[in-house]
Amino acid sequence: MSIKTTETETDFNVELPDERGHFGIFGGRFVSETLTAALDELQETYEKLREDPEFQAQFDSDLAHYVGRPSPLYLAERLTEDCGGAQIYLKREDLNHTGAHKINNTIGQALLAKFMGKKKIIAETGAGQHGVASATVAARFGLECKVFMGSTDIERQKLNVYRMKLLGAEVVSVESGTKTLKDAMNEAMRHWVTHVDDTFYIIGTAAGPHPYPMLVRDFQSVIGRETIRQCDAQIGRQPDAVVACVGGGSNAIGMFHPYIKHTDVAMYGVEAGGLGLHGDDHAAPLSKGKPGVLHGNRTYLMEDENGQIMGTHSISAGLDYPGVGPEHSWLKDVKRAQYVAATDDEAMDAFHKLTRLEGIMPALESSHAVAYAMKLAATMDKDQVIVVNLSGRGDKDIHTVAQLDGVTA
Amino acid sequence: MSRIKTTFEALKAQGKKALIPYITGGDPLKEATVPMMHALVDAGSDIIELGVPFSDPMADGPTIQLACERALEHGTSLRDVLAMVKEFRTTNTETPVVLMGYLNPVEAMGYQTFVDRAVEAGVDGVLMVDLPPEEACDVDSIFKDAGLDVVYLIAPTTTDKRIESIGKSGSGYVYYVSLKGVTGSKALDVDDVARNLERIRAHVTIPVGVGFGIQDGATAAKVAAISDGVIVGSALVNRIAANATNPKQAQAEVSDIIRSMRTAMDA
Repeated sequence: MSIKTTETETDFNVELPDERGHFGIFGGRFVSETLTAALDELQETYEKLREDPEFQAQFDSDLAHYVGRPSPLYLAERLTEDCGGAQIYLKREDLNHTGAHKINNTIGQALLAKFMGKKKIIAETGAGQHGVASATVAARFGLECKVFMGSTDIERQKLNVYRMKLLGAEVVSVESGTKTLKDAMNEAMRHWVTHVDDTFYIIGTAAGPHPYPMLVRDFQSVIGRETIRQCDAQIGRQPDAVVACVGGGSNAIGMFHPYIKHTDVAMYGVEAGGLGLHGDDHAAPLSKGKPGVLHGNRTYLMEDENGQIMGTHSISAGLDYPGVGPEHSWLKDVKRAQYVAATDDEAMDAFHKLTRLEGIMPALESSHAVAYAMKLAATMDKDQVIVVNLSGRGDKDIHTVAQLDGVTA
Repeated sequence: MSRIKTTFEALKAQGKKALIPYITGGDPLKEATVPMMHALVDAGSDIIELGVPFSDPMADGPTIQLACERALEHGTSLRDVLAMVKEFRTTNTETPVVLMGYLNPVEAMGYQTFVDRAVEAGVDGVLMVDLPPEEACDVDSIFKDAGLDVVYLIAPTTTDKRIESIGKSGSGYVYYVSLKGVTGSKALDVDDVARNLERIRAHVTIPVGVGFGIQDGATAAKVAAISDGVIVGSALVNRIAANATNPKQAQAEVSDIIRSMRTAMDA
């Protein structure tokens, strides 16, 4: 079969995915039959609750009073001056409770779990941000929580592992495969299949089988919706470009999705360029990969010529994933968004620059977005505007940064 | 008529049930697989499910996952597994071989290329774990047009409506996953399986094989009594793992399990 590429004339007002979870040729539900009933149940529940005022009111209330939304839109004046071009605004997701955008989604899914009567939640995590956000909402809603995490990631994110334990979650070390995020996701799926009756699986990124990419996107879209309102109020117009880092792509799709119809706003997704796109040591499936099937959806993947999934490399555990959410694959193919990469070194430079110029210490994931925005700004006029989604704060990365800078903290 | 259909009909005529072992191609070594396939047949197997190793076998337990890792360690590819079937066919033209695995290696090869090579090698059917009928529509016909049977899974949680549609899409046999879990799980409740098989038989006319959680002759016999075939995987792969440095010993221990199951099932 030749899988047809998406047609060139795209109507960006059409709501995707379709009823079976497809974004063009991407997405879908490629899972073992053992998971189908659970996904059907989730989809049915979500489709009902999506329109349910009580559910939405509770979600909005928790976003306001528990997460601390709306997050500010902040003009980074000194960074802007330093780059010498477009004005750079930061959407401050780092100021959310637990320090990243992840909580928007975990609040939404924990509410779903509650409405479905499930008492246990499980989650996979890479950097530990989604694990912390899941453990947090588990505490908030009185749910039992297990977090699956690759043993490599446990080693490099000790602080978050301890945070999860303090919050009452059990952290399950995953020793299989590359011992990172993708393997944690495999293990979480396996656990879910076995305990599907009383367990809700909170997927942390806008990937996986339908309906996950859609519901994670919906919960994260609060980022873009707020940005649209704030741009109107603060700047009087919409930006020329929005920039976000892309691992699985949940913060990026949260920013991008509400902007898809605003076709005069350019969208840039920044993947982890690792040691550079010339070799294999990166995590940039949209830049260098090809379409394939992993974790329940068809999407761009890092794979070898035999279709085996490759190990990835990034300075930031949160971007260290060989796949990407299917909506990004679609946005790439229909050319609505551009996907670029920032290397480890560029991200480190951006981390230091933002810290020193603005007193804002970004997560290494978000540093990738900052790095590209700095480059982009320099090529633009001073009356133009870029909004960078600053998806998380950098406290969790201080040890990594110290190590890379040769400092013994 | 497909080799799978012929096999089930011949067994039925003898009043027997199919014994269907699973092994992962290239585990622990590429050259160990074809001799193991012949040993399986000699010990009384009727159909062989040959696993195509994949880096991320999401629906499998640790046993099959480690088998995949061992096979991938020395680069066993889909192309290699097809070569194994071709070699097996040089001396065995009767025992059906079903390739079982995940979609991505097939997608990477290209569906038409895969089908052409599979037919040429002497493959009889495919079971793609992460390809449910809804996603299979285009691919399904490419497989079937080439004469390959397409085996689908049915789970305890599968609704009657889906069973009906799977019954229509599937060919060769359907694979009933006997419990909620991954491969290599321990407990199988025979009464529960019997109840679900009744539900399945109301909609499915092709043979129903049962797998997951079958580890010994006694369970195999009980499952054989109520189904058309017994699928055994992790119990065999465990023996291969335990004797990873000694393929001869692995063959002997795997053959023992198959023989004891065969004897129990035919008794």
